[in-house]
This record gives sequence, structure tokens and C-alpha cells, in this order.
Amino acid sequence: MAFIDYYKILGVDKTATDKEIKKAYRKLARKYHPDLNPDNKVAEKKFKEINEANEVLSNSENRKKYDKYGKDWKHSEEFEKARQQQQYQRSSYQGSSGGFGGSGGFSDSDYSDFFESMFGGASSSARSRSVKYRGQDFNAELHLDLKDVYTTHKQTLTVNGKKIRLTIPAGVKNGQVIKIKGHGGKGINGDPNGDLHIKFSISNHTQFKRDKDNLYLNVDLDLYKAVLGGDITIDTFDGKVKLKIKPETQNGTKVKLKGKGFPVYKKEGQFGDLYITYQIKIPTNLTDKEKELFRELAKL
Amino acid sequence: METKNFILINQLCSNYNVELSFFKQLSEIGLIKIMTIEQSHFIHQDKINDIEKMIRIHHELDVNIEGIDVVFNLLQKVDNLQNELTSIKNRLQLYEND
Repeated sequence: MAFIDYYKILGVDKTATDKEIKKAYRKLARKYHPDLNPDNKVAEKKFKEINEANEVLSNSENRKKYDKYGKDWKHSEEFEKARQQQQYQRSSYQGSSGGFGGSGGFSDSDYSDFFESMFGGASSSARSRSVKYRGQDFNAELHLDLKDVYTTHKQTLTVNGKKIRLTIPAGVKNGQVIKIKGHGGKGINGDPNGDLHIKFSISNHTQFKRDKDNLYLNVDLDLYKAVLGGDITIDTFDGKVKLKIKPETQNGTKVKLKGKGFPVYKKEGQFGDLYITYQIKIPTNLTDKEKELFRELAKL
Repeated sequence: METKNFILINQLCSNYNVELSFFKQLSEIGLIKIMTIEQSHFIHQDKINDIEKMIRIHHELDVNIEGIDVVFNLLQKVDNLQNELTSIKNRLQLYEND
């Protein structure tokens, strides 16, 4: 457990006045507040640090204690006595406290071990600051394979120890977030529950590439089929498809298979297209006979 | 009219410890929509998340109503850009590992 320099965190001098501390805190809070930095873990961590620093330095009693024991807190018997006294006072306070919005943004775990050890947890002022009417929103990430999201399917998730049966519509996209209403934290005294936000992380281990609802596939074509034409069979998500190759097909020729792409999200029966690009493979390891025939062809 | 999905503003005022005028100002600037049902003012429960965010920004960061409007507009832009970035990242995979 390392010593934390709260003055450094707020960027103020040890002799800073209350006004200067408040000003520094406000300035940093405006920069790192979680509401202004959604999904930003770095900002969230920074905000917790500046909150903790403010919690200590804006309270004259805490600041005095921090200044007195600060760096030597580990070795000070006097500090240990003060800490026990502080913890006793806090448990008495919490025992009698009620009030609204216990599910809010500040919990003991939001504070460092250093803070916990020195001040025994969050103060009442930090707790009452959180604004919560409904339950807390939960965020979860669900990892799926591209094949999984080709069809609508049901999946059971465990979020905060609670099992949730979820229908995942076909066509959901990588990075897409869906909101499951009322499956977040429980609201207090009958207030509405929070929501569950699920972010989809879709990995693709197939030979197809996906762009929104369209799929892209490179198909190798041997030289003779490209020159003379013929049939090939390819695999799609929808099963095997037989394709006619026109004679004299050029390298890089694109073919569109309408409706053979990915399902359109929440539009049942609608599909994107599959784009095939032919890549003509030149034969290698030619026999003498083959080389001879190619020479003859070249002379024509 | 059914009030099941609506929350009484007076209730929110006491819970959040804010004045009714705060909600009226948010409504005037177009950030929230106040529903009047049988002379009582309500807000749809789907807007609670946003309202809590507005109150936090107002109280914790000393941002006034106009500032909240600016912040919300910018957050909306950030959200749109984030979605665009995700879409472009997905698109980029088309050209990777070829």
C-alpha cells in the first residue's frame, strides 16, 4: 500500500487555501467526470483519484490528519489510534444513516487502500452526493462468433449473479450495444430498476468478411476454368451455391449474389448481398509437356 | 391517460433535492419533455437516466442549464462519432489480413 500525494493529484501546493483546493478540484472534475467521459476507464480512474484527494483536502479535519501523519502513517502508533477512533465514529454514523439513493456511484471500493486505512471509508458527504433514483445501470460485454449471429438465438447470461435469458436477434453488429430494460441494479423502495447494456464483441473466424449486412469472399479460380468457363461450388452461410464461370473471366472479377449476405438486424427475411471476387491462380510446377503447349499458345 | 410509465416531477424534486424550476428550465430549453396529466407534471421514466446525468453535471460541476445543453449536444456528437468509428473499424477488417 503506497502513500498517495493528494496535493500532487489536485496540482496544488501544500499551502493551498480551501478556495484554491476547491477550484483545482472543480477544474479537474469538469475534465474527468464520468458523465462527460463515457466508457473511458482512464478518466474514471482519474476522477476517483481527484475525488479522493478532494475528500481529504477539502475537509479540514482530514487534511490536518493527512498533513500530520501522511508519509509516516505506517509507523505511527498515534496514527493507528486515530484511525481506530475514526472507524468507530463512522460505523456509528452509518448505523443511523438512512436517506435516499444507496445504489449510487460512490462505494468504499472507489477509494484506495491508503484512504481506507487512514480514513476508514467514504465519508457521508461523498455518499450523499450521488444522484440515483432508479437502480444502477450495468454494462456487460458479450463475445460471440460471426456464425452465432447469423441466426436469432437465445442465450442465458449471468449478470451480477442473476441469470438472464436473452434473445439475440440475427444480424447484430460488432460493437453494437443493446439495452435490456430493467435488468440492471434494483431500484430502492419500488423505484425503477436500472438497465443492462450489452456490448457485442463479434469475432470472425470464417473465410467471409463482413461490412454491415454484406459479406465478401475471395474465391480462387484455376486458369483453365477462367479461360474456358465452367462451374464451381462455393459455401455460403446459407449452404452450398453452384456458380457458372463465364469463359475469359478476368482476375479480380466481382460477382454479386443477391440476398446471400448477412441477415438485416431486426428485419426478418431481409438479407444483405454476398460479393465474390475471383482470384485466378496461375499453375505452378509445370511439366515439360505443359510448358511446350504454353509456348505453342504464345506463338499463335 | 395512463401514468404507469411516468414519474411525478414533485417526487423527483424531493428525491434529488432540486427545485421544480430546474425541471421547467430543462423543459424550456428542450432537454426534457414535461407531460401534464390531470394538472400534475410528469416525466417519462425512460428520461430518468438523462435527468440524473443533468443533475450531476449541474450539482457536481456547477454547470448551468445552458451549459448542460451544450454538454448534451456534444455528448450526442461524441456518441455519433463513436458509432461511426466502430463502423469504420469493422469496415477496415475488410482490408486486413489479405
